[in-house]
Amino acid sequence: MYNEEERKPLVIVEGLKKYYPLRGSTIGKNKPVTHAVDGVDFEIFEGETLGIVGESGCGKSTIGRQIVALEKPTSGRVLYQGESISDMSSGRLRKIRTQLQMVFQDSTSSLNPRKQVYDILAAPMLYHGIIEKDKLDEEINRLLDLVGLPKSMKHRYPHEFSGGQRQRIGIAKALSVKPRLIVCDEPVSALDVSVQAQILNLLKQLQNELKLTYVFIAHGLGAVRYVSNRIAIMYLGRIVEIANTQELFDDPIHPYTQALFDASPLPAPKLRGRQRIVLKGEIPSSVNPPKGCRFHTRCPYAIESCRIDDPELIPIKPGSDHKAACPVILAQREA
Amino acid sequence: MNHNSGASEYKNSTFRMVIKRFRKHKLAVASLYFLSFITILAILAPIIAPYDPNKVSTAFSRPPSLKHWLGTDQIGRDMFSRLLYATRISLFVGFAATVISTFIGVILGLIAGYFGGVVDIIIMRITDTIMSFPYILLVLVAAAIFGPGLWNIILILGFVDWPGAARLVRGNVLSLRETNFVKGNVVAGMPNRYILFSEILPNTIGPVLVYATSVFAISILDESALSFLGMGVRPPTASLGNILNGAESITILTSKFWLWVPAGVLIILLVVSINFVGDALRDAIDPSAKE
Repeated sequence: MYNEEERKPLVIVEGLKKYYPLRGSTIGKNKPVTHAVDGVDFEIFEGETLGIVGESGCGKSTIGRQIVALEKPTSGRVLYQGESISDMSSGRLRKIRTQLQMVFQDSTSSLNPRKQVYDILAAPMLYHGIIEKDKLDEEINRLLDLVGLPKSMKHRYPHEFSGGQRQRIGIAKALSVKPRLIVCDEPVSALDVSVQAQILNLLKQLQNELKLTYVFIAHGLGAVRYVSNRIAIMYLGRIVEIANTQELFDDPIHPYTQALFDASPLPAPKLRGRQRIVLKGEIPSSVNPPKGCRFHTRCPYAIESCRIDDPELIPIKPGSDHKAACPVILAQREA
Repeated sequence: MNHNSGASEYKNSTFRMVIKRFRKHKLAVASLYFLSFITILAILAPIIAPYDPNKVSTAFSRPPSLKHWLGTDQIGRDMFSRLLYATRISLFVGFAATVISTFIGVILGLIAGYFGGVVDIIIMRITDTIMSFPYILLVLVAAAIFGPGLWNIILILGFVDWPGAARLVRGNVLSLRETNFVKGNVVAGMPNRYILFSEILPNTIGPVLVYATSVFAISILDESALSFLGMGVRPPTASLGNILNGAESITILTSKFWLWVPAGVLIILLVVSINFVGDALRDAIDPSAKE
């Protein structure tokens, strides 16, 4: 299990940037680009669950794709066990990448509609020589059992399953190649609430049994809070705050984090009258992100310097794990 | 092996679903029976044909009779036998040309769509170039250069018809490449050849099959047109097109209907029924359709 005292980083993300060129305007020198992820540093410790939260388009899924090397970063790199997977030869990457798997949001499109569950699970295991052919049946039964599906279902096609069952198959597929880290990209967003809880519990249980490390990407706080040891809050391609789950919820620093918490419904009626930060306006375009602090256009605490200086993600106290990118609030707390 | 029996059972169930949906199109079912019937006749032509199709007799230009069911042509060859052999040739040309063009189109489309970038640009510009030529002119010029003949016409049609299939497959691959199951296989470290041929290709087979039926119909028409113009299958080998070619003169057209009506009607029926089958197939294999 994740132990805060003796943790060591499994993945280190260094100065990660990912820009996507906009379509339709490829002539000329200054091609407009979407700054999906714009300079992000963090670590993922072995055995933990790191939640990444943010609005749609803030770059959280993009980070997920870079961690499993689905895309090459524009600059910066992702280190897995000290080795950069961002500029690795494709042969070496193919061997190593089975340890970094992904579970997708849309379980319908994450399974080939023309293949039975058996074939979906079998192909990667056979290709990588993870299992002998004569033990394949047994292993597939074991995997299905692990994710809570009856083994009699292995010859069905994806469309014969419900959304929750398909997500279980997606998890089984990710597990089949014996990964150490799984990026869960909004794995429960498309499911019914009751099914969401089942899948979250399954993920937690698998983490305990198999010593997995998770990156859990979501836009809702509830699920992230339930599964994560640490949470990173993202806004427009940047991490604005990162902390242990409990600490973040007890003491949110960044105005965006506060606004995010204030926006989610509270189960305690007496807290409903409290003062809240309500965000006005839309999230600015990531093609031309605001100068200075990206959040200053919507921030109630913004001062003149916020328009000019790009805030760094710094510990709120020396040596603290809790980091925030808001000098204004931090200065207020000092005083 | 317990799982094999289960596997075939489920494969059968999807297959049965396709058949069930196909059967709803009565015209298509009728067309399929008709096509099968004609195909069997064509294949069995050497057994069924009452005469040697190229044997000349002294009964010139006779109207249909009990002895010659569809009459005889100007040099006394039995028209029924010729028609059987002609169908055999025309179906073969159409089928072979379709197989070649679909194969080329699928391979190029897969490569262009999956790898993208420069490869895609090169392949698609070649495709556009071929498509921008007037089709019949291209075929005629090619036929003039390589000379008429059965295999030449098959190869010419095969190598001219592929751009449509290539574009279709490329478009499909572009959207399939973005699906999570393809990404999931990339993440699982599966090689490109597996992803292309085992994950992407099976998902493009449906549209390709439907497209191929229309290429089949068009190839039969093209062969007829070329042979009619004397650039296709060379006499004495009979094809549906060069039978029509023998009916160019106004006297034959007006007074000797048995020399051209059967071949003309057969071409129309073949093309129409192939298209009906193609349409029904499109509906039947659509995976989003229920029941």
